[in-house]
Amino acid sequence: MGISSKLGNLGVVTTTLDAAVNWGRTGAMWPLLFGLACCAIEYMGTQGSSYDLSRFGMELNRASPRQADLLIVSGRLTRKMAPVVRQLYDQMSSPKWVIAMGDCASCGGVYNNYAVVQGCDEIIPVDVYVAGCPPRPEQLLHGILTLHEKIKGESIRKWADDEKWAADRAEHVVRV
Amino acid sequence: MSIAAVIDPVEAVKKAYPQAVEDVVLYAGETTLVLNPDYLPVVARYLRDTAGLVYNFLSDISAVDYYPDYNRPGRFGVCYHLLSMLYKKRLRLKVYLPEDEPTVETITTVWPGANWPEREVMDMMGVDFKGHPDKRRILMPEDWNGHPARRDYPLGYETPMFSFNADEIVKHKPKAKE
Repeated sequence: MGISSKLGNLGVVTTTLDAAVNWGRTGAMWPLLFGLACCAIEYMGTQGSSYDLSRFGMELNRASPRQADLLIVSGRLTRKMAPVVRQLYDQMSSPKWVIAMGDCASCGGVYNNYAVVQGCDEIIPVDVYVAGCPPRPEQLLHGILTLHEKIKGESIRKWADDEKWAADRAEHVVRV
Repeated sequence: MSIAAVIDPVEAVKKAYPQAVEDVVLYAGETTLVLNPDYLPVVARYLRDTAGLVYNFLSDISAVDYYPDYNRPGRFGVCYHLLSMLYKKRLRLKVYLPEDEPTVETITTVWPGANWPEREVMDMMGVDFKGHPDKRRILMPEDWNGHPARRDYPLGYETPMFSFNADEIVKHKPKAKE
């Protein structure tokens, strides 16, 4: 007895366009193949078979920012690396999201010094902050699911129509 | 073919360049020759090329900032750590440089491997190496201001955040625009 027989003759399901699009965006969100420090090791562990990110359609790490939807800043972001990360973010095509993974990416963590950016939100807009040093895979998964919840509340107009929003983003200058 | 017998580097340098040696420090089984900066490349070449010494390997260059302790010949001390692979002996050369003009002649002419260590000292400590072939920064970004390893360089970038000052810090924190 499969699902087709249970559904019977229900051939049409009605929904809103936003819900359908967001279902697609959350179901196959490709992260950028990108790691900065020890958080990247936990990120790899999240990708592995024990935690299995492919349950969320995220098994495909794109090595090109132009094909990626999600940037996970995993580790401390040095000032020398900051322009590179901003360029990667700018090269990603919309819609795009950012997770600051770990204390260092969120607020600088223990690296309160001249060399490290005190939180990657100084150079790129962050959607979800994941605490931990480094966060366990469960915490990163929770962050990703939180981002899914956020996306489900978004409208496609946010990305399509809001020109002011896009202009603000284009105007932003990298602070190094 | 025979190898020349090992000789004492301190006595040899004192004999060859008596005006170059300012001080000799023996501590923890290590020998440090404090040199007049003007004689550094000459003495380095002598130590490398003389039979019985043959310090053929420059293992490291480091620098010390003695700020604000001025009971020394200069604010900066630059140390050259030499190794004789033939005799398995180590020697440290040290020069003191003044605060207003910390300049010493490069020793890339003696050991080409001194290129990157000297660039690192130049970058982090602000010591200038006269005659260095490639005076770019090696660690910090090219447009960086200042030399972070100096003791008067500000260490922190942001005041540590506690509950009592969190609002004030967040107010001034730069944010990327959405």
